[in-house]
Order: sequence, then structure tokens, then C-alpha cells
Amino acid sequence: MIDDRIVPVTMPKWGLSMRLGKITAWVVAEGDEVRVGDDLADIETEKITGTLEAADAGTVRRLIAQVGEDVPVSGTIALIAPAQVGDDVLDAAVAEARAVIDAGVPDDAGGVPEVETVDVGGRKISYAGAGADGDVILLVHGYGGDRNSWLFLQEPLAAKYRVYALDLPGHGTSAKDVGDGALDVLADAVGGVLDALGAARAHLVGHSIGGAVALAVAVRDPGRIASLTLIAPAGFGAEINAGYLRGFADAQTRRELKPVVSQLFADESLVTRQLVDDLLAYKRLDGVDEALHALLGMLLDGDAQRPDSAAALAATGGAVPVTVVWGRADRIIPAAQAEAVAGAVRRLVDRAGHMPHMERPGEVQAVIEETIARARLRLRPAMEATPPARGRGLDARRTGIGGHRGWPRRRSGLPVSPPSDQHVLVH
Amino acid sequence: MARSITYREALNEALAQEMERDESVIVMGEDNAGGAGSPGEQDAWGGVLGVTKGLYHRFPGRVLDTPISESAFIGAAIGAATAGLRPVAELMFVDFMGVCFDQIYNQAAKFRYMFGGKAVTPVVIRTMYGAGLRAAAQHSQCLYPLFTHIPGLKVVLPATPYDAKGLLIQAIRDNDPVMFFEHKALYDLAGPVPEESYALPFGEANVVREGGDVTIVTLGRMVHTSLSAAEELGRDGVQCEVIDLRTTSPLDEDTVLESVEGTGRLVVVDESHPRCSMATDISALVARKAFGALQAPIGMVTAPHTPVPFSNALEDIYIPDAQRVVNAVKTVTGWSR
Repeated sequence: MIDDRIVPVTMPKWGLSMRLGKITAWVVAEGDEVRVGDDLADIETEKITGTLEAADAGTVRRLIAQVGEDVPVSGTIALIAPAQVGDDVLDAAVAEARAVIDAGVPDDAGGVPEVETVDVGGRKISYAGAGADGDVILLVHGYGGDRNSWLFLQEPLAAKYRVYALDLPGHGTSAKDVGDGALDVLADAVGGVLDALGAARAHLVGHSIGGAVALAVAVRDPGRIASLTLIAPAGFGAEINAGYLRGFADAQTRRELKPVVSQLFADESLVTRQLVDDLLAYKRLDGVDEALHALLGMLLDGDAQRPDSAAALAATGGAVPVTVVWGRADRIIPAAQAEAVAGAVRRLVDRAGHMPHMERPGEVQAVIEETIARARLRLRPAMEATPPARGRGLDARRTGIGGHRGWPRRRSGLPVSPPSDQHVLVH
Repeated sequence: MARSITYREALNEALAQEMERDESVIVMGEDNAGGAGSPGEQDAWGGVLGVTKGLYHRFPGRVLDTPISESAFIGAAIGAATAGLRPVAELMFVDFMGVCFDQIYNQAAKFRYMFGGKAVTPVVIRTMYGAGLRAAAQHSQCLYPLFTHIPGLKVVLPATPYDAKGLLIQAIRDNDPVMFFEHKALYDLAGPVPEESYALPFGEANVVREGGDVTIVTLGRMVHTSLSAAEELGRDGVQCEVIDLRTTSPLDEDTVLESVEGTGRLVVVDESHPRCSMATDISALVARKAFGALQAPIGMVTAPHTPVPFSNALEDIYIPDAQRVVNAVKTVTGWSR
């Protein structure tokens, strides 16, 4: 920037493939005072619509990007600056930012990692990653999801770690055949990706059935798993919303699918037509219907959960640090089951349903980083541990690849405690 | 993000994947292989605009060049379908339907009904339609309303590469005769298409843009014309909901009616002639079933009731353009008693 006192607000990068974003509405006006976490603008990408929050406090002096205009990721869309900064300086900064927006995305724009594939037991498994150095994190999605479920998390985490996300068998662009749908088939895929990455040790983050899968991988080889972050994991109690699972597997049309998918979120306005259309396009691929129904047999015993993750966790013998994260408004698997995750640090997230990593990505990122920090300091007394970035990982955001700043949803006031080997139940 | 391929490539991929999956699928038509009987020229064309290119060598014996006799080869395809194959016949221009119409509307469309449900006719007739290629009055028509009129036929008009692949796969797997309309101006349109196989169900309209002020119901090439108009209107603060019917038979009435119940205003954009067309059909549907929701008369944007002109200048103004859609929407939104 031309003047150090000017803080640019930039187009965030939500998802590895995002190159452009479009402002659909400015929430703030020039002259407004904003605090960290205040909503700035509604932004639409090819995949999702979200609200950009302020990463810095101050006075909004200039709005640069027009509503409806395509802006390259990390392009400056507004300027925050104190009143002492003169108009001429601001105008020069606007001209600089304007030139970047007008230039658009260069044809050779890098930053979109190639999707890689590995053959695991005759099945093609797809995965994609970002980040050059540091510990390996592998993100494992849930039932009916895919590697893009992590779009708000993968890029910011990649500022510090090598972060990969895979498509489980039956999902995304991986092979659709899941055999009899056994948990082992999914765990094999995760192991295969770790092998392909050459990762001797890795942190696993698993959501829903992906949590049960991550645990199954840890049971096989506890020494290989540096930590486990389980997000609303399956298998820690009998209760589950079986109607949701069957409804998702059976839905044939947008009309049938939308009310089912709405149950995933605390804020149902997140369920856009695009989100439903993308899910429907996935469900209509040859083989997906069979895969989803085969996996139902593994997930459900009547209307109860079949996987026994509590037993799996016990089988790891406490060798792996575990954190469990749950949205308080989870309507698929009740958040009360967090209590059953023995020996884990527990984090409950306000105003999030079954997808806290989409609804409150900043909080989930902070929890993942805290878990990794705890794993690194495992041999030292907890009290000596250096607290990680508080709240929503602002440090990671500032140094994020592609100038990532800001989260897609409103900041929560939920305090995140410093790491501890004690079992903490926030709130 | 799926890779991007053209409408033409999407159709080719759908044919190839279905031929791979099911050996009863065959392809036949004029120049589908390209120059039968002249070694070295084989597969030179792959159909007049190249949709079947490459299939001849990949699937030996299953891509058939036919004589220039639509009555013969469309009839043969329908007969082969009743006998167990799944033929995809290419009627080069829909304008040529005149010489094979009996085979389609009096035979293929009737078998399931007249044989008490015991006969199936899984034939697909792919055909090109629409103006814009300087091909004059006998190679430029939009005759889909004629087929929509006939019970027993399914009528499909994909507007995008994604829809082209998924709807053609569904057409091939469907046990009823399907008329599959490809607009000649869309073949080079590129868009995201999954590499894997997928079928899109018939009778499900696609809401391609959401908006609360006016519903635009459209199909085929006019989807893109309507989207351009909606974009322009959006900048003036008029939010259009644009619905691509995708199939005219079966017709997704619910999506149209629900949208008009929300917006209270309707413009139908149809490249066909104004009489007995999709424009009149959708207008009648909404007038009958959503009359109470209407806050203004229904607008129609169609071609004029004339043959398609050969003159470049006249053909250009014959085809409905975005400006005419904008004008129609403004008439509907500006209407008062």
C-alpha cells in the first residue's frame, strides 16, 4: 500500500478453485466505523454466497469494487484508513487497486492445485492440497460431501500447514463403487492418500462419518496419526437423524432435496439454489445412488447409529490427542454426544448446525490449530504451552495465501480457551 | 470444478459413454460416419456438424451411414428399437421431418399405447433446429411445438453443455421415443461438464436465474438471449427469474406456476412462430392455473409468423434478441390498469 496507515480490504479466497468473486451488496458505506468481525459485504462466487467480515477495525474511507463487478481474489475492494490520511493519498491507492481489478485474472493464474489421484484397491481416489511446508493435515468429509466441503478452511490453514482434502469412495470425483459400504473401504482410501503423500505422520480432521473413518485409520496405526479433530463425528451414541440420511439418499429432485439439506445448517439461508443444484448434480452421477444406499447400511442399524466410534477411540489407547467440535444446533447428530468422546478436548460452537466448518469456519480453524499445537507440545506440561492465536486465527488470516482476509459468516463472541490437556467444555 | 467442453463435445461424450455401457446402442444417419464406401474418407465428417466424429472407429459396425432417405432410415431406427436395439438416429435438419413424419407420429409415438404397454420403442431422434446459420427457410425452423403436440413422444431441448450430456444419456436410456433438439448456434458453446456419466430426468425445468419481479419462461437457444436481457434488466433494478424448460414433453408445470405465483408477471421467450407454440402453450397454462397471481398481461417474445428469411439482414431481425426481451419485460412491469 501507498501509506502504511491504509488497510486494504481484499477479495477473500473461499475454496481452492476460487479465482473471482462478485460483491452482491455492500453492507457498509464510506465513512462507516467498523469493528473486527463486522459485516462488510455480501460476496458471491461460482460456488457459494457469503458475507465478508472485517479483519481490521477502522473507518471505511473508500469502496472500490462496484456491486456486480468481478474482482480477482486478493484484489483490494475497499480501504480502511484513519481520518488523517488525505484524499489524494487515498485516491492514489484507489487507482492502484482499480488497475488490478480491471486487469482481471491473468490466464496463467496459479494457485489452483491440481487434483491428484491414487489407486487404492482398484478404486481411483481423488485428493487436492495446498501449502508447501509444515505438518500434513488431511481433511475427511462426511456422508454425501466431498473435498470442497472444506472450502472455507483449506486455504487459510495452508498458510501454516500442508493441507489436503480427499474425496471418499462414492463421493466427489473418486470412484463411485464402495463395495458393501464398510467403514474399512473408506478408511483404506484415507490410508492410501496418506501413503501417496508420503506422510509418515499426519493430523486428521474428520467430519461426521469422516470422523468415524479418521478414528478407524488411527486404530490401525496410532503412531501415524499426530492428532484427531473430530467435527460432529458419527458413532458416539445411538441417536441420529435417520430421516435425514434416508432423505438425502432417496431425494431425486430439487424439491425433495432442499428441505433435507436445510437440516444441516443452523442458518437455513445458507442453502442456496446453487448448493442444492451442486448436490443434485453429484447425486445424478452414475453409481452415486448405489453408493449412498450401500453406505446407509453401514451408518444405520434400524434408526440408530451402527458405527461404534467410542470403542474405536478406546482402541487407540489414548495415543492420539483428540479434540471434538460440535455445533450446538446440530439436527443430524445431537451435540450431547460430545460427552461420550472420552479423553477429548471438547468445543461447542454456537449458531452452527451439523456443518460448523461451513457456518463458523474461523472457530473450527482455531480449534484445529489448537489441537495441532497441543499435539506438538504433548510431552511438555500443559501450563507451559504457548497459547495459539485466539478467537478465529487472525494471524493465519493476515498471512494467508492469496491475501485471504475475513470469514464468510458473522463472527461469534464465543471465547476459545487456550489449549489444555484437561477436558474443557466451553459454555 | 468440472472441466469445460463444448455442447458438441458433450453430445459426443454422451453417445460414446452410452455406447460403451450398452452395446445395443447404435448411431445412424446421413454422414454420421462420413462418406460411406470411400476408403480413407471414413469418419471425415462425423455428421454434418461433427457431433458423431470419432465414434465410427471406436465402435466398429455400430455407426451407420444411411442413404439420403429419411423415410427409410428413421423408419428403420424405429423398427430396430421395437426389436431390441437403442438406436440414435440423426435427422440432419428438423425441417426434413416432412418425409418421415408418419414413422414418428403415427408409428413410434403409438406403439406403447396401441400394444397395451407391451411394446417399447427406445429410439432417439437427434435433430438440428433454429435460425442463425444463413441456411434459409427450409433448414432453419423451430418445429418442436409440432412434436410437443403429439402424445407418446418426449421432446427435449438442451441449452447448455451440461444439460446436453445428461439429457442425451437419459434419452438413450428412456424406453419411449425421444425427439432431441440441438440448436445449431449452440454447438460451440463451452461450459462445465463432469467427465463421468449422469442422466438428467425429463420434466424438470431449470431455474437458471432467480428473481422476484418477472418470470421469463424460455428454452433452447433463447435461454441465453433471456439471460442477457435479465442481466441488463438487473442493472436497472428489475430482477427476472429465468426458467429453462429443458423438456417440453413432459412439461414441468409446477416450476413455472410456482415462479409466477411469486412474481405475478410472465414473459415467454420462444424462437418458434407465435401461433400454437410453446409461447402460447405456457401462456395458456399460466392463464388457466395461476390467473389469480397475474398482475399484468402475459408477454410473448417469438419469431414473426413468417418463414425464416435468407437475407442476412432480415434473418438477424427475425431471431428474437435480448433487446426485444428487455422491451417485453418493461411492458409487463410497467403495465397498469
